Amino acid sequence: MEHAFFTLQDFLTHTKGSVYILMGLALAGFVGWWRFLVARDEENHKNVR
Amino acid sequence: MSTETNKTSLITPFNVIAFVICSVGLYLTVLRFTGGLAAVSNLTDYNPWGLWIGFDLLCGVALAAGGYVTSSAVYLFGLKKYHGAVRPAILTAFLGYAFVVIALHYDVGRPWRLVYPLFWQQGPTSVLFEIGLCVFLYLSVLFLEFCPAALEWLGLKKLRNLLHSATIALTIMGVVLSTMHQSSLGALYLMAPSKLHPLWYSGYLPVFFFVSSAVAGLSMVIFEGTLSHRWLHHKMDNHYLNEHDNFVFSFARAASWVLLGYFFIKVFGIAADNNWKYLGTPMGSWFLVEMGVFVALPCLLYAIGARERNLALCKWTAALAVLGIVVNRFNVSMVAFNWQLPAAERYFPSWHEVWISIFIVTLLVLTFRFISTRMPIFYTHPDYQDEH
Amino acid sequence: MKRRTFLGLMGATAVGAAAGTGVLATPAEAAHFEGYPDAMGVLFDATRCIGCRKCEAACNQVNDLEQPERPFDDLAVLEEKRRTHAESYTIVNRFQPESSSIPVFLKTQCNHCMEPACASACFVRAFKKNPDGSVTYDADVCVGCRYCMVACPFNVPAYTYDDPITPEVRKCHMCHPHMAAGKRSLPGCVEACPKEALTWGRRDDLLRIARDRMRANPGKYVDGIYGEREMGGTNWLYISGVPFEELGLRTDLGVKPAPEFTKGALAGVAMVVGLWPVLLTGIYGMSKLNAKDARKAQEAAVSAMKAECEADHQAAMKQAQEKAAKDKQAAVEREVKKALEEAQKAAEAEQAPNQDKDGDAS
Ligand code: SF4
Ligand code: SF4
Ligand code: SF4
Repeated sequence: MEHAFFTLQDFLTHTKGSVYILMGLALAGFVGWWRFLVARDEENHKNVR
Repeated sequence: MSTETNKTSLITPFNVIAFVICSVGLYLTVLRFTGGLAAVSNLTDYNPWGLWIGFDLLCGVALAAGGYVTSSAVYLFGLKKYHGAVRPAILTAFLGYAFVVIALHYDVGRPWRLVYPLFWQQGPTSVLFEIGLCVFLYLSVLFLEFCPAALEWLGLKKLRNLLHSATIALTIMGVVLSTMHQSSLGALYLMAPSKLHPLWYSGYLPVFFFVSSAVAGLSMVIFEGTLSHRWLHHKMDNHYLNEHDNFVFSFARAASWVLLGYFFIKVFGIAADNNWKYLGTPMGSWFLVEMGVFVALPCLLYAIGARERNLALCKWTAALAVLGIVVNRFNVSMVAFNWQLPAAERYFPSWHEVWISIFIVTLLVLTFRFISTRMPIFYTHPDYQDEH
Repeated sequence: MKRRTFLGLMGATAVGAAAGTGVLATPAEAAHFEGYPDAMGVLFDATRCIGCRKCEAACNQVNDLEQPERPFDDLAVLEEKRRTHAESYTIVNRFQPESSSIPVFLKTQCNHCMEPACASACFVRAFKKNPDGSVTYDADVCVGCRYCMVACPFNVPAYTYDDPITPEVRKCHMCHPHMAAGKRSLPGCVEACPKEALTWGRRDDLLRIARDRMRANPGKYVDGIYGEREMGGTNWLYISGVPFEELGLRTDLGVKPAPEFTKGALAGVAMVVGLWPVLLTGIYGMSKLNAKDARKAQEAAVSAMKAECEADHQAAMKQAQEKAAKDKQAAVEREVKKALEEAQKAAEAEQAPNQDKDGDAS
């Protein structure tokens, strides 16, 4: 992985690209984690009803 | 003419004007796609972006901000009782974005390649890439947010309920994406510090654009509520009508508050770059007009309107604030852009460009009218009365 | 065919260290990129240029561009200030600076920035900074948004606005395609220049050559090499005997490489994605909790009120019932009494007529 970057432009192309992919994963992660966080509440809710 | 024939006749002044606009618009469309950009536009090598970016893209997106503003106010910030305002706002936003994308087909050289940055070769260092990605995603989100209305109309209950349960997630996604691309429209111009006048160029440009988009959104919702009231009154249910006044005052107060913040950060921007010296120049006078007439004045008028519960004042102020946003976007994209070039090399739109912009706005209005007279937009569908 | 892929996730962690010059421990924020070590460039010497437009002609010829209306040997064209155009990648302009008795000429073309604004702005990566120093454009991916033209601080790229089907951006490519194909060993304009106003070579060497000329000819040149630092440096360099501003070159561009202008804003985007959902969901959760609590309190208040009402009601009922019972008792008693009295009266009355009758009869 020792790719050398000679220009800032190439460096940013690479890093911004990675960040975009991570941002997508983060958004998916938020949804999943939120459901995990509140799942119990919702179950209790149902049982009470 | 008797009222009888008026009702059935299609020859209303509105329809006649729309017809004229559309037929000439279609002719210009043919001209554009057979003769190239040069056949219809005044774009040059010095001025690669004109009215179609300054108005159709920048203003179009800013003025469609009502979608994220209203849905977040109602679903996230707890203004639940105004839920009646969400659907019209979402519909306007969805159509707004859809027509922005249509307008871009006129502007870019090879419109059939508009999906290239998404699916073919990405340029992640470009602000425009970020905008393209966000607009694409946000258009999808708005579509999903709007779907329940269409599905109720079609009577597809299961699918409708499934989408309805995703409301919160979609709303949050909408705010995230809006924040990103509204601000990025300003960030586009960060690339050209040597071309944009210092009074409008600022490192805060993305923040300016985002904050003013919130003003645009709030004002547009008030403004276009007024228009719909006039023409689509019969389609509105009592809930919508009853809440409407209070809703206008809440939004007017919010807009005044945001405008105040916007005014301050604009001043901070001048101070941060030490641009005071430009205020005395002709461009500076114009900048002061923008700040005074289109930022400070609506801020004040909104406040008075909300305090005195003056509906008419709020509505007129909304129109002024919307105009103010248009002025700001025009300044950044055209008036203050390339300000150093001699007059002969500056840009002024051709009538074709203006006409095509009007044509696209007309198409938007027609589509809005078509949908809102059919689907449950201004009223709650009878099957779902108890849901809110 | 495809360039270094967008999917660089694996390298994301290793990347901070991998700056060009191999300074492994430097954080990316402070990293400095020197450009490709063997990048070529061109040095333009304005003191040598005679404004013959031979370079324009050569460029037109090597790139197969449209023949202009007025031929290249018509020097009257120089009366007007021109700019690069879709059919002319390079332009020579004449200036009459105050500090000079004779006119001075400047050749304009793409400056082949070390950190090209056009490349940074393009959302399909149509521009590429090549290791040989040239900045080239790929029309096969270009959408035609023209953001590159907005971005270029030197106003170089031009567009074929009159082409409805395949419009494209046009600009000087430092003859990269011709040289890469082995068709040429020098850029067309450089080769055509009769005065050696243009010198092609490694950028580092060109800088040295420029300084040597200045040293060898004191007073002939103004201090400085245009392009050495402008916008992070360009591979096309200029030296001149008159101040650069007087040749229409902008000296107010600063030394910041173009990608730096939008780098911060793009970094902000990631913060929005990372933190907005946290904030907004938080607000939503709180307002929902508030609403729930308010509802609960309301419900409690309502049921308490109900209970109270119920109790009051019960008490009132009971009282009423008791009263009613009492009243009833009294009424019954009264009625009985009345009945008895009436019965008595009746009995008495019965007796009385009898007495009368008796009286009558007697
Ligand atoms: S001069 Fe303009 S077109 Fe040429 S590389 Fe620099 S930014 Fe790009
Ligand atoms: S016009 Fe073409 S080359 Fe220029 S920025 Fe747009 S897609 Fe890239
Ligand atoms: S380097 Fe090549 S393309 Fe550029 S101006 Fe010279 S001849 Fe034209």
